[in-house]
Amino acid sequence: MSIILDKVNYVYSQNTAYEIQALKNINLKIEDGEFIGVIGHTGSGKSTLIQHLNGLMRATSGGIYYNGQDIYEEDYDRKKLRGKVGLVFQYPEHQLFETTIFADVSFGPKNQGFSKKEAELKAFTALRSVGLAEDYWYRSPFELSGGQKRRVAIAGVLAMEPEVLILDEPTAGLDPKGRDEILDQVAKLHEERRMTIVLVSHSMEDVAKYVKRLIVMNQGSVMLDGTPGEVFAHYQELEAVGLAAPQVAYLMHDLRKHGILAQGTATTLEEAKEAILQAFKK
Amino acid sequence: MLRDITIGQYYPADSVIHRLDPRTKLMAAMLYILSLFIFRGWAGFAAVTLALVLVIALSKVPFAYMVRGLKPIAVILVITILFNLFLTPGVPLVEFWKLSISWQGLKNAGFMTVRLIYLILGSSVLTLTTTPNQLTDGMEQSLKPLNRLHIPVHEISMMMSIALRFIPILIEETDKIMKAQLARGADFESGNLIKKAKSMVPLLVPLFISAFRRANDLAMAMEARCYHGGEGRTKMKPLRYKKADGAAYLLSAAYLAGVIALRIIL
Repeated sequence: MSIILDKVNYVYSQNTAYEIQALKNINLKIEDGEFIGVIGHTGSGKSTLIQHLNGLMRATSGGIYYNGQDIYEEDYDRKKLRGKVGLVFQYPEHQLFETTIFADVSFGPKNQGFSKKEAELKAFTALRSVGLAEDYWYRSPFELSGGQKRRVAIAGVLAMEPEVLILDEPTAGLDPKGRDEILDQVAKLHEERRMTIVLVSHSMEDVAKYVKRLIVMNQGSVMLDGTPGEVFAHYQELEAVGLAAPQVAYLMHDLRKHGILAQGTATTLEEAKEAILQAFKK
Repeated sequence: MLRDITIGQYYPADSVIHRLDPRTKLMAAMLYILSLFIFRGWAGFAAVTLALVLVIALSKVPFAYMVRGLKPIAVILVITILFNLFLTPGVPLVEFWKLSISWQGLKNAGFMTVRLIYLILGSSVLTLTTTPNQLTDGMEQSLKPLNRLHIPVHEISMMMSIALRFIPILIEETDKIMKAQLARGADFESGNLIKKAKSMVPLLVPLFISAFRRANDLAMAMEARCYHGGEGRTKMKPLRYKKADGAAYLLSAAYLAGVIALRIIL
């Protein structure tokens, strides 16, 4: 069970003055149950990349394989693939349209061909797992606050019970509380259901706390790929392309330089605290 | 697929045509359209074709890019051709069932198609080489005399420029919402007409809401910058004619005179 990208290229508006190569020779393998962060500047190709994963965009050249099957094959059911690889777009609350929240969330499973009852059951489970209180369910989605709307929109994708969940900037425009709530819910989905999660963000601090693998995109190519610790060790290269490592990574680097810590690639506040306490105990 | 719409789109390039004053281009485009309805016969046809080919070559806009703008009018073209072909009276050339095609009809259909295609191409030269801002600026300047008749020229041109500016934004938005609903398993293509119309609801509702939201934001932003209409408003880049504009005016006037002369003489 995996997604493999083999030499994927994508060119926008080919053969016009607006021609832009958004993806350059991308080779990636996303294993089952991974929690991946995709980081990059605006225009680095990260949004284009994830739209290839569920077949919404067709690569100009190269191949994409889901569970060993070529998704560009003539008779491959790409509609089914979109149920397996759930994609939550940026500002997903802008796509709500139904009269009630419950109806909106059951839109996905209904499209998958489930009966009304089954679809509603799936909507029920999905709304539960994003933690939206039950007395909201039969209200109009337009009455909700920004953070709540976003949760409803995420539930709309979760209701299709995808194996892989991709979220494009799920915290954009939310306050710190709303941001933590959404990311904690996503982390919970990963832990409880072993769901593969791809989190797209431009905030290093957000992502470092949760993901186990980081992919850094720059100008359409994969610049770095590894654990957060490995990636943040290249903080100078990251700075050169306008991305900064989390503050903690800088602190750990300085502590190593001055010989206070022998080693340590902590990327979150908690890990750093542990490492520093350890060092002083010795 | 939606990105193929080229109406009102600007194609950046550095050419003689791009550098002309928008007023000149507006006038020239109008004269050209006029000439399309004046010309008769093969000599006239050669003249309008030559003029179009010359201007397109000068504009440095790829021809293939321009032709894409013709796609939306394909249906209108087909209908026009069929009507002209079958409904023009004359000596029948071919006859089958209750229909007949005359030599006159064939000629009419041919010229009508040429007129329509040239009309679209001619006006897209204008929009492809002029930014929407320049275009409305030019229009506002050219229509200024109407202010005396209490026609709110500035407001109309402001509305036009906003509308033009919103076309690509709304196209992009439609594309985005469409993709998001596709990701939720929506199907916009299969099914009969009623089912297709119904499948548009998940696309249209969010699109309308977003259009209203954007309009609201824009109105707020304009008000916050004390926008109060055209009264006493000055321009950062006022339009000024250059030498090339004079030449362009002369050339287009000469061209129109030529087409009229060809019609009278031949």
